Amino acid sequence: MASVSMTVNGKAVTGDVEPRTLLVQFLRENLRLTGTHVGCDTSQCGACIIHIDGIAAKACTTLALQCEGAKITTIEGLAEPGGKLHPMQEAFREHHGLQCGYCTPGMIMSALDIVRRNGNNLDEHTIRDQLDGNICRCTGYHNIVKAIEAGAKAMAK
Amino acid sequence: MYNFTFHRPTTVRQAAGLLARNPDGKLLAGGHSLLPVMKQRLASPSAIVDLSLVEGMTGVELKGRSVVIGAMTRHADVANSQVLKDVMPGLAAVPGSIGDPQVRNRGTIGGSIANNDPNADYPAACLGLGATIITNKRRIAADDFFTGMFSTALEEGEIIVKVAFPVAKKAAYEKFKHPASGFALVGVFVSKRGPDIRVAVTGAGSNGVFRVKSFEEALKKRFSPKSIEGMTIPASGMNSDIHASPEYRAHLVAVLARRALAKANA
Repeated sequence: MASVSMTVNGKAVTGDVEPRTLLVQFLRENLRLTGTHVGCDTSQCGACIIHIDGIAAKACTTLALQCEGAKITTIEGLAEPGGKLHPMQEAFREHHGLQCGYCTPGMIMSALDIVRRNGNNLDEHTIRDQLDGNICRCTGYHNIVKAIEAGAKAMAK
Repeated sequence: MYNFTFHRPTTVRQAAGLLARNPDGKLLAGGHSLLPVMKQRLASPSAIVDLSLVEGMTGVELKGRSVVIGAMTRHADVANSQVLKDVMPGLAAVPGSIGDPQVRNRGTIGGSIANNDPNADYPAACLGLGATIITNKRRIAADDFFTGMFSTALEEGEIIVKVAFPVAKKAAYEKFKHPASGFALVGVFVSKRGPDIRVAVTGAGSNGVFRVKSFEEALKKRFSPKSIEGMTIPASGMNSDIHASPEYRAHLVAVLARRALAKANA
């Protein structure tokens, strides 16, 4: 076992892990932050997307030990402490950008990274192109794309 | 994934020392090829040497007539490098086409080249520009570096530190992207630097990346899609799998070479 320390959603955390422990396992099993999902476990579906030092990554293809000293943000870190949703979360709710909800945390974390890279005025083509790393098997993506466009605009306010 | 010991050196020398002490250890760069194969238990190194804290291994710089890229530079950072986009946008487009945004945020040029996946994009760019792979021990020409599917000229304990690409006046990459994986079903990189003309192909060959000498010869007269109009390459030696037959891959090589030439001349 090895000790690992990082900041998750603004809170310093420490845990004992095996070197082979994936970041997503550490988040879910050690920290009980189960909002980050495991869909495919082969870095294709994007259900496990989190931010490492502000940049989107797939937590199923990252070792916990690689994140020693890093700042991690998960879906649980987006809403305000009182429960007010982040504008991107609110946009997914408003536009019904989900059905079963399994892919949603990854979609939202990915959406925030699209805004980081491309700004707040996103067109449909950019959103669809940049959602390449997220798979949804329910919605057909239409409402997800609408939600991201609206969420990005709302974030600028 | 089988267990391993985990090491985070801060210098190349320390990393080399760790490899020497752990003969079946592996270097970890972005982890987007190595970790998946370890999960499948196709690789089971006893030690992982994570290079992410090693200093001086990231960045894209113009040095004389070459673009020098640190081995640990992420695909997204190469694709977005203004220095590179100004001097050789055809090379910047290569990492921009890899995988998906999250893969590009983690994957590195050094990791891609050291792995030499037969469908990876960077090997085509290295061979297609005549790059030099700079390790902790020596400089290796791309022509000597890629020695076959998943194999390279790297020796035990050798670590890629940088890759130097000569700036070519004309350079472009065209790939037929597998829609699910983002890998190149076939990818062709073409370049013209003075009299040096290169056509390098990834994804197609059953022995990894290769140059198409017949196309290069034909392009000496004129670096244009017209010069190779109607030319083909034999299907023997092409990869065959559920995604494409050897004949289809050979066909794509010629089509994508012409498209890449048109793009390079645009």
